[in-house]
Amino acid sequence: MTVLMQAHDVVRHYKVGGGLFGTPGTVKAVDGVSFSLLAGKTLAVVGESGCGKSTLARVATLLEPPTAGELTIDGAATAGVDADTRRKLRLSVQMVFQNPYGSLNPRKTVGATLMEPLEINQRGDAAARAQAAREMMAQVGLRDDQWGRYPHMFSGGQRQRIAIARALMLNPRVVVADEPVSALDVSIQAQVLNLLMDLQERLGLAYLFISHDLSVVRHIADEVMVMYCGRPVEQAAKADLFAQPRHPYTRMLLAATPSVDPARRQLQVSIKGELPSPLNPPPGCAFASRCAHATARCTAERPDPRPLDGHMVACHHAESIG
Amino acid sequence: MSATVAMPSRLTLFWRSFAENRGAVFGLGLMVVLIVVAALADVLALHTPIEQFRDNFLTPPVWAAEGDWHFPLGTDDVGRDMLSRLIYGARLSLMIGFSVVAVALIIGTTLGLTAAFAGGVVDVFIMRMVDVILVFPSLLLAIVVVAILGPGMFNAMLAVAVVTLPGYIRLSRASALVELNRDYVTATRAAGASTLRLMFDTVLPNCMAPLIVHATLGFSTAILDAAALGFLGLGAQPPTPEWGTMLAGALQYYQRAWWVLAFPGFAILMTVLAFNLFGDGLRDALDPKLKR
Amino acid sequence: MALLEIRNLAVEFATARGRFRAVDGVDMTVEAGEVLGVVGESGSGKSVSMLAAMGLIGWPGKVTADVLRFDGTDLLSVSPRQRRKLVGKDMAMIFQEPMTSLNPCYPVGWQIAEALRAHHAVPKERVQHRVIELLEQVGIPDPSRRAGNFPHQMSGGMNQRVMIAMAIACKPRLLIADEPTTALDVTIQKQILDLLVDLQRQHGMGLVLITHDMGVVAETAGRVQVMYAGQMVEQQATDGLFNTPRHPYTAALLDALPERAIGRHRLPTIPGTVPGIDDRPAGCLFSPRCKFATARCAAEAPVPQAGVRCHTPLDDAGAPR
Repeated sequence: MTVLMQAHDVVRHYKVGGGLFGTPGTVKAVDGVSFSLLAGKTLAVVGESGCGKSTLARVATLLEPPTAGELTIDGAATAGVDADTRRKLRLSVQMVFQNPYGSLNPRKTVGATLMEPLEINQRGDAAARAQAAREMMAQVGLRDDQWGRYPHMFSGGQRQRIAIARALMLNPRVVVADEPVSALDVSIQAQVLNLLMDLQERLGLAYLFISHDLSVVRHIADEVMVMYCGRPVEQAAKADLFAQPRHPYTRMLLAATPSVDPARRQLQVSIKGELPSPLNPPPGCAFASRCAHATARCTAERPDPRPLDGHMVACHHAESIG
Repeated sequence: MSATVAMPSRLTLFWRSFAENRGAVFGLGLMVVLIVVAALADVLALHTPIEQFRDNFLTPPVWAAEGDWHFPLGTDDVGRDMLSRLIYGARLSLMIGFSVVAVALIIGTTLGLTAAFAGGVVDVFIMRMVDVILVFPSLLLAIVVVAILGPGMFNAMLAVAVVTLPGYIRLSRASALVELNRDYVTATRAAGASTLRLMFDTVLPNCMAPLIVHATLGFSTAILDAAALGFLGLGAQPPTPEWGTMLAGALQYYQRAWWVLAFPGFAILMTVLAFNLFGDGLRDALDPKLKR
Repeated sequence: MALLEIRNLAVEFATARGRFRAVDGVDMTVEAGEVLGVVGESGSGKSVSMLAAMGLIGWPGKVTADVLRFDGTDLLSVSPRQRRKLVGKDMAMIFQEPMTSLNPCYPVGWQIAEALRAHHAVPKERVQHRVIELLEQVGIPDPSRRAGNFPHQMSGGMNQRVMIAMAIACKPRLLIADEPTTALDVTIQKQILDLLVDLQRQHGMGLVLITHDMGVVAETAGRVQVMYAGQMVEQQATDGLFNTPRHPYTAALLDALPERAIGRHRLPTIPGTVPGIDDRPAGCLFSPRCKFATARCAAEAPVPQAGVRCHTPLDDAGAPR
């Protein structure tokens, strides 16, 4: 299996605040994330707002450089390369966004939107570009007569199809999908998920699928990474993770996800507290303040991810839980 | 199928919401009349604007007792036909308005977009310059600029353009900053677009609506400011039939001959009114918050 | 007697492209002490119908109904003054976006006090005390300090708790929650839903929970109404709805949930989209997308019978009768 993207201990920090009076601080938006993306496979990143999953998406698409750590695309390093190489690497990772209403240029027709990536990179002549765009429209289930329409004439689901088509125009190997279905209604969400899975099968794409919705992740992912406050707390194959969650936060997420099936609500975990401020995270385990199993060790010493039964778990007490 | 139902085009929808505002339609009508008059000045005017009729100093309009059909709106103190001067003046005023707005729009938008895209020191520098311009009352600053460059219509236009720049810079910077955070810009960047392309092809078209409104309203400001400079003797020089200059020249006769003051003043009023009404209507029609 | 009774509610909007019926023939009863879930996709009219019941639809909307009664008071004929007395006091509402529903210029405690003062719910000197009590009730830690916070100093979950405190400040008989957790994270969502249900039980309130999330309804509501394109297409007790949906739309919607499709590669989908202003079908509004639709469905609009608006409701096996 080809590894298309590999992240090793990727870190992304932001300097914030300061201004005229305050003291500047550092937000550790992503703090030590490692993963491999395989061709034809989906890695889902799950977490709540502020857990760093969107920052991870921006780093993975090379829109922002990692502060530390290594990111390789198809075996090629992304750090320390000249601008031109970097640009070429960047093209092999494309992105699908959450909000289909903001991700399409309202002044461009579908055809123009799809041809734009090719035009920017001077691929083919005008006729070839139009040809490629029309073929892509067919691939994602858009009709040929919708070529000249503007985004405002489409529903959310159709816009997301356009956005997916645009992302695929440059034949990327990796697609980073940042909450691609969470703004859509259930029936439309199913259509878009099916489309994403079909395209993956047909084109051998690797997906970095970012979501907060565990039921969607359970459907689409091959591997799942759960993030909390910028750090991965648990990483495992989908089946393992859902069958036996090892980290208390994963268990809390699973318990909190509403289910239509009463039998599915077997995990009863009390949910307390809220996310700590990213500006001054607690010294030990970031989850300790909300964790029912927390001990003195948890608040003092930060757990690092370690292997356990095929999971990578960042918890001191992973063995005794579950 | 849902998608085959014809959607009204953007233009039709725009016209519908624009036409709801009667004042705006009135303004548009007035604008059209002005433009036609200015374009056909050579045909419509009875005389050239600078021809002096030595036998007819300060002839009153036709409806007054001593009126003369040769001079429907009377003549001024050196015997020039008021109507002809007003008609040619319309051409001048529109030209001034258009050039000032065009210059301010192009330079202002470019600077505003540059500030938004570059950020950091460039942004701070441009915006502080804007603040400096805004510190002075606009007419005072325009006078300063003209005083430096020397009086004349071209310099007056330049001065007015400079004092109206801040509006365009701020507006384009603010809307560009909003658009910059939108995902479609990120997507275009991920496709490898250059900064110039992002600025002018991706972001600018989406910032145009407020800029167009501002430009329309700026038209009237430009005409008004240019007239003010003309009135102060710093703009167009006599015998150019510019409305502000006409007012200045006729000031001493206001007790004897009201028409030499009233008609140029009325012309300025109607032109400014037309553009303001039209601009307001445009804003209402383009602002999604006011749509239902 | 039912707490809220609605018969044949319709809401029309005059738009630039003609009149649009956002809500059409909605019937609803809410009893005291029950949790009613209203589910539907975006544009199904679920929020608009409840706003109409609260009298919060203004121009260009037009509300008509055969019956619109709250606790015996006819809401169609009350004076605006009387209505204002009811709304916010006996009927309260919480909204989706806690950040934008609170006034950013005032501390949250002040805003809750304002709600109390407006309805003279407690004597003046007791207002501050009651504010703290309410904040405590909705689970805000350190309430006396938090009362002085501004909305931007608090998280979305905390702000939603403040909204709930404001809503229950005057001990309403009916609480309408419009997507109260959609903007929140799952763990916070769970906390807020638990809080709402707790409060509802404590006060014996009627609770109407408007949401698009089937899971939320399944876990919270006792009875569910499903809306589609402005019409109520099905209502049932929660267990019945999720086990044996009668309307093809409900069934299709449940099938499209990823969690019901474990082990299957493709999710069942509903073809097409919700009809808009230009393309409302003549008969059943769902007929163009329904896999069981017949010629009759396309021609003749069904009327609700036994809680289902369908000519051929589904049987226990999921086949049309």
